Amino acid sequence: MWIYEKKLQYPVRVSKCDPQMAKFLIEQYGGADGELAAALRYLNQRYTIPDKVIGLLTDIGTEEFAHLEMIATMVYKLTKDATPDQLREAGLGAHYANHDKALFYENASGVPWTASYIQAKGDPIADLYEDIAAEEKARATYQWLIDMTDDVDLQDSLRFLREREIVHSLRFREAVEILKEDQQRKKVF
Amino acid sequence: MYSQIRVYYPYISPFDPCPPIRVKTYQVNPQLFIGFQPENLPQFSPMEALRLGTLWPALYSPYSGRGDQEGLEG
Amino acid sequence: MNSANQPGDKRYYELLEQLQAIDFVLVELNLYLDTHPTDSNALEQFNQQAEQRWAIAQEFESLYGPLLNFGHSYSGYPWQWNNVPWPWQV
Repeated sequence: MWIYEKKLQYPVRVSKCDPQMAKFLIEQYGGADGELAAALRYLNQRYTIPDKVIGLLTDIGTEEFAHLEMIATMVYKLTKDATPDQLREAGLGAHYANHDKALFYENASGVPWTASYIQAKGDPIADLYEDIAAEEKARATYQWLIDMTDDVDLQDSLRFLREREIVHSLRFREAVEILKEDQQRKKVF
Repeated sequence: MYSQIRVYYPYISPFDPCPPIRVKTYQVNPQLFIGFQPENLPQFSPMEALRLGTLWPALYSPYSGRGDQEGLEG
Repeated sequence: MNSANQPGDKRYYELLEQLQAIDFVLVELNLYLDTHPTDSNALEQFNQQAEQRWAIAQEFESLYGPLLNFGHSYSGYPWQWNNVPWPWQV
């Protein structure tokens, strides 16, 4: 069961109409290391991971949906009042032809989201290492996105999201340590 | 705060078409060094924590863009 | 409509940010406690903040309407859940 809360996790402001930046940001909406992939990856891995780390996967997976909503908000604001001509100039002509201004789960190149972006190996260490890698890749993506905009308001929200990747990465690393714990080791005589 | 930026100096060929970037950088952030977070670390105020994206200064990683880091002469 | 306390007025943004700040502390403590379940100081702070959070959310909802769906917030008349702004419109 999930409950919706009618507020963003962090304020999202953008200071100019910039549909080209919206096109780049879509990478974090429907890309391989984006927020949708992250949320679905963690929430799906929960069912086959040791009980001690189910809470963490549930909570980080839930937070990722809050981040997905922040990215959607950025894209929405950056394209809201753009004309078809502006969208076309920004490289969103094909998107407009297919979707108007609707958001779509695709990456920055327009490739639709696919479940093959995420893995569920059923092996706790393999899964947690994938999660750590996913957080680091998302952190890098946020860096490249920050590099490509001079909108200080947008940079501010992107820096928040980048920092969250760092915290999540640390928690997944701690989860690995918990699973390595001595007292859990199978006794060998 | 210790630096979270590392640098390397890539090989420059006389046949590289673009003007060379002599110093390249990458990030090494706190999660790589903390291991398991110790208890009772100092905290930011709630408003600062929200602004910076973490409750703990030890986990904070500033990023102002690559433009500020690269192209520096080593 | 009442001209006082419209969503989008100054107080709305102030209260919203206060709520976002305290909720963020709770997210951070929650993830931390997931991997540090025996840190009693963090646990105590979590429970205190949860109580404070409730008070701020009460004030926000009394002025600007429900934050949560499915009966986790009360609604005035007429049904307030449909009211703008939605989070991405703010």
